[in-house]
Amino acid sequence: MSLVAEAPVAPRPSTWSRFRGWLANPWGRPRFLALITWGYVVWSIVPVLIAVQFSFNATRSRTNWEGFSTRWYWGDPVDSVWHDPTLRNALAQSLKLAVADVVIATPIGVLLAIGLARWHGRGSGSSNFLMLFPLVTPEIVMGVSLLLLFTEVFTFIGTGTTAQILGHVTFSISYVVVIVRGRLFSIGRQYEEAAADLGASPTSALTRILLPLLMPAIVASAAVVFAISIDDFVISQWLSKGGETDTVPVKIYSATRAAPLPSTNAIATIMMVLTLASITLGFLVWRAFTRGERRAGQSAVKDMGALEI
Amino acid sequence: MYRRWLWPGFALPGVVWLIVLFLVPFYTVLAVALGTVDPILFQAVPIWNPLEWNVGWLNEVVQRLGPGGNLTDVALRTIQYVAIALGLSLLIGYPVAYYIARLAGRTKALLLILVIAPLWINYLMRMLAWVNLLAPDGYVNRFLTYTHVLSEPRDWLGGRPSTVILALVYGYIPFLILPLFAALDRIDTSHLEAARDLGASRFSTFLHVTLPLSKPGILGGAVLIALPMFGDYYTPDIVSGAPQTSMIGNQIDFYFHGGPQPTIGAAITVVLSAFLTLIMGYYLWTIHKATREARTS
Repeated sequence: MSLVAEAPVAPRPSTWSRFRGWLANPWGRPRFLALITWGYVVWSIVPVLIAVQFSFNATRSRTNWEGFSTRWYWGDPVDSVWHDPTLRNALAQSLKLAVADVVIATPIGVLLAIGLARWHGRGSGSSNFLMLFPLVTPEIVMGVSLLLLFTEVFTFIGTGTTAQILGHVTFSISYVVVIVRGRLFSIGRQYEEAAADLGASPTSALTRILLPLLMPAIVASAAVVFAISIDDFVISQWLSKGGETDTVPVKIYSATRAAPLPSTNAIATIMMVLTLASITLGFLVWRAFTRGERRAGQSAVKDMGALEI
Repeated sequence: MYRRWLWPGFALPGVVWLIVLFLVPFYTVLAVALGTVDPILFQAVPIWNPLEWNVGWLNEVVQRLGPGGNLTDVALRTIQYVAIALGLSLLIGYPVAYYIARLAGRTKALLLILVIAPLWINYLMRMLAWVNLLAPDGYVNRFLTYTHVLSEPRDWLGGRPSTVILALVYGYIPFLILPLFAALDRIDTSHLEAARDLGASRFSTFLHVTLPLSKPGILGGAVLIALPMFGDYYTPDIVSGAPQTSMIGNQIDFYFHGGPQPTIGAAITVVLSAFLTLIMGYYLWTIHKATREARTS
């Protein structure tokens, strides 16, 4: 068009005009945003890496780096994670709760997800609504209500390991439902209907068609439940009766408020590795199972990101 | 008959579990908050029959939270901290989510993993990391005195509101970035191309197309992190521990674990839940309105 021809040849923009252009339109060039993004990533991850570094410190300091050692993991005969009975107990308690949580919450959640997706009668709407509540209830409200439940109603249970397991399962079920339901929607009903047309009973359509198709979601939700159970602090603390029922996050909390040793960093590092390993495993299984199902440009990372919400 | 009960039967264990361990506990909180206190043992006596509920304690707590009460400061401080932390989180989180969704190109998957990773790192581990960094002889103070920004180390962990707010931002921002990213990533780029074709500048495309289209993500993410922030007590405990930075969650914690007065603690929990239900209700209402408008237009 003629406009292009009439436009004067622009001189090389001076630094000032480029700066003004940037001020007027900081979104014009992605560099500014790239700086913020990478700055954010560094800010969010480096502090944790420094905390991991100090778990390998050779001295009692968590602020002065004085050489690499593994004394806070097992070398120190008194204060290391391996030798300090309170830290070892906390680790065992955290793992105990997480395993029990996975074993109980995953099947209940899978059944609830299938039930809610297929059941359209009276009560299904309110059940759906009820399932969403634990996801948005602040943990302190759940902590208070479960504590009062076990001290005022189910007094024969009281606080302690059993109460902690029941509490963990309560907040985990909804996560399983959300993950499995997403998968149910994406596979649709046609496979089951085809099986029914070929004469399969509802039960065998379920065990031979639906369950294998749901497997990636079941494994992923088990991994997520393991991770959120290990990471949980509030419910574990409110339902703990102290001593041996304190989990690792509860120990980190009380140690941080007193005078923490690098062994606190060490046990926190162990937990972090466990959680990240469980999530990575869940992610890899998910990706392996759903390979070939993804449309072009749709990454498994994004699937996993969507799971979290 | 068999088919009719099959699917509800699948849902049954989960529904029963949630009724017994989610709804009943909440009713217990109400029964304790609206109950009485044993005059001799100072123990909470729950009242289970709604017709006999005693509103005395709840009234007292509402008065204490209202103007001139001894919990007024805590309530206002909580709202103030959450508001500032939320604003800062949006200010940092939105550009990050925007960049990853729209401009990151080949680094998109890597950045997404790096942004998701903190969600799976224990919250207390991440707070512990900052306690190490902000210690009197920690890296932050050493850096600031080395560069002569500060002449002597500052006591960051001695009850500073700024430390608590930054810790809240650090703790909750990953939970905001993900819904923001999802909302921005969903926007159909043909809308943006249409705006550019019609002569809008990049900035006005952003202002008039991208921003309005990402509003549900902003609102959803903001509610998602505001709810747990309002109930937070461990963050101020860990990075400050001083009464001048305590939030409403710390008061609840105090009435249960400090000097056990569960009736007052339960009453504060009821008031907090009512307040959060309002926020939740507003959010659900906006979603409802948006879907209705989308259907009619």
